[in-house]
Amino acid sequence: MSKLSGLGGRLYRGETSVDFIGKRRRWYAFSGVLIVASAIALSTQGLHLGIEFKGGSSFTVTKTAISVADATSAVTDSKIPGEVIVQKLGTNKVRVQTGALTSAESNAIQDSLAKRFDVNIESIDTQIVGPSWGKEITRKALYGLFGFLIVVLLYLAMAFEPKMAIAAIIAVIHDVFITVGIYALVGFDVTPATVIGFLTILGYSLYDTVVVFDKVRENTRTITSTSKMTYSQAANLAVNQTLVRSFNTSLIALMPVGSILFVGAGLLGAGTLKDLSLALFIGLATGTYSSIFIATPILARLREHEPAMQALAKRVAIRGAAPVAPVAVAAGASSPEKRGPRNQPKRNRRR
Amino acid sequence: MSTNAQSRTPKTAGRPGRSLAILALVLVALLAAVFIQGATSVKLGLDLRGGTSVTLQPRLASGESGKVTASAIDQAVSIIRQRVNSLGVAESEVTSQGSGVNRQIVISVPGDTGRRVVELVGQTAELRFRQVLVSGAPGATKTDGKTAATPPAGVSAATNAQYAALDCTLAANRKGTGSDKATDPIVACDRTGISKYILAPAEVLGRQISKASAAINQTTGSGWYVLLTFNDDGTKKFGALTTRVTSLPAPQNEVAVVLDGLVVTAPRINEAITSGNAEITGSFSQLEATDLANVLKYGALPLAFDRGEVQQISPTLGADQLHAGLLAGLIGLLLVLIYSLLYYRGLGLVSVGSLLIAGSLSYLLFLLLGKWIGFTLTLAGIAGAIVAIGITADSFIVYFERVRDEVREGRSVRSAVETGWHRARRTIIVADFVSIIAAALLYLFAVGGVRGFAFTLGLTTLIDLFVVFIFTKPIVTVVTRMKFYSSGHPLSGLSGKSLGVVIPTASTVKEA
Repeated sequence: MSKLSGLGGRLYRGETSVDFIGKRRRWYAFSGVLIVASAIALSTQGLHLGIEFKGGSSFTVTKTAISVADATSAVTDSKIPGEVIVQKLGTNKVRVQTGALTSAESNAIQDSLAKRFDVNIESIDTQIVGPSWGKEITRKALYGLFGFLIVVLLYLAMAFEPKMAIAAIIAVIHDVFITVGIYALVGFDVTPATVIGFLTILGYSLYDTVVVFDKVRENTRTITSTSKMTYSQAANLAVNQTLVRSFNTSLIALMPVGSILFVGAGLLGAGTLKDLSLALFIGLATGTYSSIFIATPILARLREHEPAMQALAKRVAIRGAAPVAPVAVAAGASSPEKRGPRNQPKRNRRR
Repeated sequence: MSTNAQSRTPKTAGRPGRSLAILALVLVALLAAVFIQGATSVKLGLDLRGGTSVTLQPRLASGESGKVTASAIDQAVSIIRQRVNSLGVAESEVTSQGSGVNRQIVISVPGDTGRRVVELVGQTAELRFRQVLVSGAPGATKTDGKTAATPPAGVSAATNAQYAALDCTLAANRKGTGSDKATDPIVACDRTGISKYILAPAEVLGRQISKASAAINQTTGSGWYVLLTFNDDGTKKFGALTTRVTSLPAPQNEVAVVLDGLVVTAPRINEAITSGNAEITGSFSQLEATDLANVLKYGALPLAFDRGEVQQISPTLGADQLHAGLLAGLIGLLLVLIYSLLYYRGLGLVSVGSLLIAGSLSYLLFLLLGKWIGFTLTLAGIAGAIVAIGITADSFIVYFERVRDEVREGRSVRSAVETGWHRARRTIIVADFVSIIAAALLYLFAVGGVRGFAFTLGLTTLIDLFVVFIFTKPIVTVVTRMKFYSSGHPLSGLSGKSLGVVIPTASTVKEA
């Protein structure tokens, strides 16, 4: 742990630095490949929508030593038209999924299952979704998405700078697109819980970006007067300085989400918890990636186009100095090998 | 260290004692409210305790033209509420979600009622005009065989017996099912249960009304009444009905307005009304007159309900989901606590304390909001709260990393705590605000489970802001007065070794 902390100090002073912004083409290319792959997966395979979106019914029977074959024959007995999927969940559950059913048809399936497995009708967990309902949910989710993007764009433009808002939103769209692409590629079920997950990712991804941008803004506030670094260099230092924090927050955010995923998938087999946390898990990973590798390089690119920043870049080039972080001057006195011994007497003096 | 003046420290040190006192006060106040209100358990959603929820999408009944109006949906909600209440299941709820004419009606009934609920709520409710044949006190008549009055003309003995047995003082009997046949005589209760009736077959239907409105007597300026206009068909039929009954003795000269099997009002017919324009007068208040007009308007345009979603969760699955949710929360919380203790050492203790405070605040608020606004905790809501653990811990990390950065810039610990806070504060506010925007918009646009998620996420983010300001920061100010933290003890999370710098005493603070 302390090794990692020491790394934090070196990153902070710019002694250890990863060139996130200079190598932006590499990250863009990487994201580009992911985006193209996502687009292909979406157009060829499409999303695997749950019954909530396309309409249909799902009946789950819980009974020890239950078998798929029994359930299938029970469903066949009830003479339901259309495709029926029967799946085993965990050790003692069977789920029957059908297309959209009328009231009478769904009652028939329930009766047939209850009779076959000798259970109470009320103990069959049932979900029936009307065919037009999915459109309604989809419409609302899209409203929510666009409403969110617009409000956040305006808010960030006010709280930070318009260009930061644009870069942040591009990064968010990038995240959502890639997450959706992964869903299409792997063929995970998309349910309303997944959509909740997607929408939450937006908030999370922005949270990360906001923290990085806050540092960028602080580092770049005085760069035009000092002429020691270009905007890109200052922004790159900011990303490096917040790297430990980004790592920690992402890890800490992933812990509860991972535990929901683990418990949801492990104990319940399927349902809200699993769908939600899977979307969050994938989204958090892309969100952390994009705030470092995508959002900040885009911001730097947008700002470098400004005449003032180009002039600054020229001044810095004329000075010819390697980028030196102003903070390194203040803290530079401590070289690593002296760290321990010099710390010791000070503490003694304080006592 | 007490000899050193903290000259360059922003004035954020404030009075940590006061903040902590406020926090204690808030906690005590919430706790007191919980006891006074008797809110001892969090209200659980149906997915956690079992039950049936039905989401209905109102639309025009087939064969109707016109537009669904907001007031028609309000009527539909109250009709369905009446039906559901007749089931007599405690804590059943009928609400509408969304806004304006795009609202959905959400019915939730706990326990094992499944199919009955679904069939009960889906029917279209019709408004009909029926002549009153018999009316009387709401209670069941004790029939000792003889006292049962001989049925009046047109009433079968069976109907008469049914009437005698009907007890309209019981809510369970005041149910509308949409199953009253227009062509049969029926026994019915008044909506409010003050009387019961035998009613003739329907002669005029709600959809034969073309207009209804509440109006006030212009000459006297008081006395609300309801104006009613029929279409051509309705004018003829209502004319015939009123012409026939107006000369009959009471109560047979009354015509009942029946909505969904319940009598809304039964005015006496004073004269034959053949113009198609009727006035219903009485000692109406403005509210009563408007209500009646709305009922009549709804009758003109009955709504049908599309089953959007039906979800039936057995109590077993509900309990499983609750356990899984709580277990996931516990594991998540433990992981976060362990990590912050390992990484931030002494400061980790602060985040453990903060998370515990945030957790207790959330729990108390869940209890109280359950009482106050009927907040129910659903599985998605639990997930929202668990996700919020991460967000809450994030804001501590943002702060702690800032403090450590300030120390790296050469400040003393005590000074770094204040300057770090000065800078971290803004970041935390902006970042939390983005989270709150997300939660608010999700809540506004979404239906069902998503709303539960958005609500807890928004609430816990607000709690996070509160805790960071009123607990985390003040407590960091307080503990860094202790030598353990200010001297950068190896276990404090602020040691020079782990930060890669020399911890200066306050006197050596340099210009950064």
